[in-house]
Amino acid sequence: MAKVAEKVPKKAVVVEPERVPISGVVWFVRRLTRNRLSLAGTVIILLFILVAILAPVLAPPPEGWRDPYMIPHEGYAPDPLPPSQAHPFGTTEQQFDIYYGVIWGTRTAFKVGIVVVGVSLLIGIVLGALAGYYGGRLDEALMRLVDIFYAFPSLVLAVVVVAILGQGLEKVMIALILVWWPTYSRLLRGEVLSVKERDFVEAARALGESDWRIILRHILPNTIYPVLVVASLDMGAVVLVAAALSFLGLGAPTGYADWGQLASFSRQYIIGVAGDPFQYWYTLFFPGLAIFLFVLGWNLLGDAFRDILDPRLRGTM
Amino acid sequence: MTAYIARRLVLLPIVAFGVTLLIFILLQLLSPAMRAALFVTDPRQLQALHEIIKTYQLDAPFHIQYWNWMKAVLTGNWGWSETARMPVLQAIKAFFPNTFELALFSFIPILLVGIWLGTLSAVHRDRIIDHVSRFFGISGYSLPTFIWGLFLLMLFYGHFRWFPPGRLSLEASLYVNSPEFRRFTGLLTVDALLNGQFWIFVDALRHLVLPVLTLTVHDTALLVRITRSSMLEVLRQDYVRTARSKGLAEPVVINKHARKNALIPVITLSSLLFVGLLGGVVITETVFEYPGIGRWGAAAALHLDIPAVAGFALFFATLTVLGNLVADILYAYVDPRIRLR
Repeated sequence: MAKVAEKVPKKAVVVEPERVPISGVVWFVRRLTRNRLSLAGTVIILLFILVAILAPVLAPPPEGWRDPYMIPHEGYAPDPLPPSQAHPFGTTEQQFDIYYGVIWGTRTAFKVGIVVVGVSLLIGIVLGALAGYYGGRLDEALMRLVDIFYAFPSLVLAVVVVAILGQGLEKVMIALILVWWPTYSRLLRGEVLSVKERDFVEAARALGESDWRIILRHILPNTIYPVLVVASLDMGAVVLVAAALSFLGLGAPTGYADWGQLASFSRQYIIGVAGDPFQYWYTLFFPGLAIFLFVLGWNLLGDAFRDILDPRLRGTM
Repeated sequence: MTAYIARRLVLLPIVAFGVTLLIFILLQLLSPAMRAALFVTDPRQLQALHEIIKTYQLDAPFHIQYWNWMKAVLTGNWGWSETARMPVLQAIKAFFPNTFELALFSFIPILLVGIWLGTLSAVHRDRIIDHVSRFFGISGYSLPTFIWGLFLLMLFYGHFRWFPPGRLSLEASLYVNSPEFRRFTGLLTVDALLNGQFWIFVDALRHLVLPVLTLTVHDTALLVRITRSSMLEVLRQDYVRTARSKGLAEPVVINKHARKNALIPVITLSSLLFVGLLGGVVITETVFEYPGIGRWGAAAALHLDIPAVAGFALFFATLTVLGNLVADILYAYVDPRIRLR
């Protein structure tokens, strides 16, 4: 497509990462804060980072509590309790404290997002770069492998893998990595294909540089940014799917600080009682808001990154 | 074009083989006893577990087991689903029409609203309508399906009592399951009309409203974003400027010249979107206790109903592979440049 060819010149704008002068970082931050939407995204994510770091201060676990990620609960009374002094966001069924779960759930969300996107990126970059650069049978084999993984809707594959591996947060992360790596490898491979024939790569080869050096020093710095943009958008998407799995009961163990699971607790109570349908609104509202804002923040940031790294598309998404 | 399609078709068996292999490898992580149910069509057989293991060589080397399993799958024995209390293939046949109906009813509004709003947004860039639709785009895209679905349930069932969960009311389902009601397509709304039972049609439709509202938000938002960005890209091109400088009316430029090209990525995406809808019903169906294939799959995964999970995976993989094929062909059809590559 014409798109690929057009992409090349604008990428020359991007400075190689190790040579970014300090003013480059300043420029980046300035660009990020200039647009109201990307500013909102930045603020939301910074707030979540702050909450994650300060979790032990904001919601200290009870004295002698062994695992801070397990939500404390007083008794097993079945009905949720509304927000009160002791439980600012109320409690779920079985009396899990929603405030505590939302705060510590921030850490869970970052953990899932960073591990899944990080590992998938690593796999995707290595395989995508090798396939794109060497081409031939290696490329053919990898792309067919990607096709096979693409033959499943992402949630379906994740559900199947978790069903077979068993439940638990680590299993969810493994399932999501299996779902996500093909996207990055296919994307990077395409970028590498469009760059590897260009003159500066030819020049590097003429200078006798090794394949490794060419890939690492010349090709990756010129191909990786679109992949990173997608990855930043995926931070939200990964957490969304993880929350969906937890909602289905396929995620973290009961009582683990996890937004999807907190929201799933609200299912039995969602229609309230006769005469007062909104009686248990807080069981859905707080965990739901946390997931929504987290995903929204990453989506806004992802759009902003794309604008910055791809000026041609500025404001089109 | 023929060569292009032929090339795609050649790849099909390779992918199909890979898909079954992937599912099989995942299944091998389970003990032979758990895999035994894959070969059973009647739960009573499960009492003689070790005999099944012996008959189907569930402790044999990998390739022999794969061969046995493929033979069973191809001859239509997909095992017994404990969650549905019927054979897996029969369960798929029973649940799929409901899911298909839900996806179909969601797909049409998604396409119409998505393309309409996306175009409007691009044409009136940076005006109020653009800001509103961009806001809808980014927030709808970020909204978790289950939170949105539960919220709708709280409002329209808990408060207003308008739209109940499930597939049919009790009276309607009694009638539908009686011999008087004839099944033509499996789609309840269509069958109700063909039977001349308007009240069942209304009843079936009532139960579709909330799941459809739930399913549509995310994909409509996605389509608005894609249409808008594609439209903006096209509007910048020279031929659009030419059309304008020729003095053509703006609606003609937008609808006849620009939108045609802007819709190329949208059309390609739409068949993937439809397949995605079929897969994305897992959450929606669970929230609304809608008896479709997604709710069955989720329940099976939760209760370690392995044959159901394997069948669920196989079925969706088949659908997706076909959907991808349609997408490729559509893409080549609407954009001749693709065929030449």
